[in-house]
Amino acid sequence: MARIFRGLVIFAALGAGAAWVLSAPDVLPEGTLDGLTGDPLRGAAIFAVAGCASCHTAPDADYSLTPVLAGGQRFVSDFGTFLAPNISPDPVAGIGAWTDAQIVTAAMRGVSPEGAHYYPAFPYDAYGKADPQDMLDLVAYLHTLPAADTPSLPHDVGFPFSIRRAVGLWKLLFRSSDFVVQGELTAEQTRGRYLVEALGHCAECHTPRNLLGGLSRGQWLGGAANPSGEGRIPNITPGGLTWEAGQIAEYLKSGFTPEFDTAGGEMAEVVKNTAQLSDADRAAIAAYLKIVPALETAQGL
Amino acid sequence: MRPMIRLFTVSALTVVVAGIAFAQAALDPQTATDTRVAHMKLYGAQMGVLGGMAQGQTAYDAVAAQAAADKLVELTMVDQSTWWPVGSDSVSIADSRVLPIAWDNMDDMIVKATALGTAATAMQAAASVDLASLQGAMGALGGACGSCHETYRKPE
Repeated sequence: MARIFRGLVIFAALGAGAAWVLSAPDVLPEGTLDGLTGDPLRGAAIFAVAGCASCHTAPDADYSLTPVLAGGQRFVSDFGTFLAPNISPDPVAGIGAWTDAQIVTAAMRGVSPEGAHYYPAFPYDAYGKADPQDMLDLVAYLHTLPAADTPSLPHDVGFPFSIRRAVGLWKLLFRSSDFVVQGELTAEQTRGRYLVEALGHCAECHTPRNLLGGLSRGQWLGGAANPSGEGRIPNITPGGLTWEAGQIAEYLKSGFTPEFDTAGGEMAEVVKNTAQLSDADRAAIAAYLKIVPALETAQGL
Repeated sequence: MRPMIRLFTVSALTVVVAGIAFAQAALDPQTATDTRVAHMKLYGAQMGVLGGMAQGQTAYDAVAAQAAADKLVELTMVDQSTWWPVGSDSVSIADSRVLPIAWDNMDDMIVKATALGTAATAMQAAASVDLASLQGAMGALGGACGSCHETYRKPE
C-alpha cells in the first residue's frame, strides 16, 4: 500500500514537473530583431490590418480620432471576461517602458516582459506568423500614439482558467506554427493568406473552437457561434460566401454587401479597419478567401 | 393631442418612441417585423441603384440616381409609429434581427435614424450633380446604415 502511495506521489510529482516544464513561457529566438528598425508609417498600415484599435481603445471611443489605446473593453467568453489592457506609450500604465523585443515577444509569443503567459483572447497565435519587420513597424507606430495613464484592469476569470501557467499547456496543444492553407499559391494569394491568417486574425471569430477554446483548424473559417451570444459569425469559405472576389474586396472597403446591405455587428468595426488598407491588399484577402477549402456551415462551438 | 400629432409628422423617428407610448395602435409583433423587413428591402433597392453607380457597376444616370435618392428620402420619412411593438425583437420573433437592446436604447435609435435622414437628404442634393458628388455622399449613407446595424442588428 505504502509502495503504491509512494509510486503515486512520484508519478504526480513527475507529472507536475513535466507540466511545469512544458508550460514554460518561450521567447523569440535570439537575434530575431537584429539589424531591423521599425518604420512608424508602415506600422500604421499594420495597425489597421491587425485592428488593434478595435479592442484596445476605451469602450465607446470615437473611431474618427487618433486612437488612444487606454484599454478597458470587456470580452465575455465561456472561460471568463477578459479586459483589454492599456497598450498606449504611457511608461507606467502602458508599454512605453518596454523594449521592442518585449513588445514583439508579447504579440508573437503571448508572453509578458515578466515572463507570464497572456490569455489567448490576445491573438498571438496569429501574430506569431507575422513578419518580425512588420511587428517592429507596428511597435514604432504604437510609440507615436497618445499616452493614457488609465491602469489596465484585471481579467475576471475563474478557477481553473485563472492559473496562468496552464495557458502554457493550452499553447502546447493549440498553437500552430504554420499556415492552414498550403500548396502552390500566387503572390496575391500568399499576401492574402498572410493578411487573413496572421495580421488580420480573421479565424479568431470565423473559425469554431473546441471545448478548451482552441481553434478547430479543420473547420477553418467555416463560421462559429458568436462569442457575445447573439447569432452566428458567418462561414466565409467558398461553401458559405459565394460573392465574387471583387464583391468581397468592395465589402471590405465600403461595408456594402452586393445587395447593398451593410456590415453589422463586430464586422462593422472590422470594416473600419479594412477600409484603410490598399485596394491591392483587399483584393489579396478576397483572392485568398476564394482558395480556402469550401466547408458546409460548421456547427461547432 | 394636436401638438402631439404635429410632432408625429416631424419625422418618422420621433414616432418610433411615440409608437411605444401608444402601444395600443401598434402592429402585432410578427406583422411589425414583416413590415420593417419589407421597408429595409425598399431601402436596399434604392441603395442598389446608387451604389451600383458609385461602384462603377452601372453607368452613371443622373435621372435614375435622383429618382432613387428622392425615394430614399421618402422612405426615411415614412411613419413607423406602429412598427416597433415590444416583443418584436430577435429573441421573440424568428424573422426579427433587431436585438432586444434596441428597445432599451430608443433615444440612440432615434439619433441614428435621424442621421440616416440627414445622409439621405445629402444624397438627394448630390445624386444628380455628377458621379463624384454621388460617390461623395455614399460613404455617409453607408455609415448611417451601418451604425445602426453595428449595434442593434443580430448577426445572421
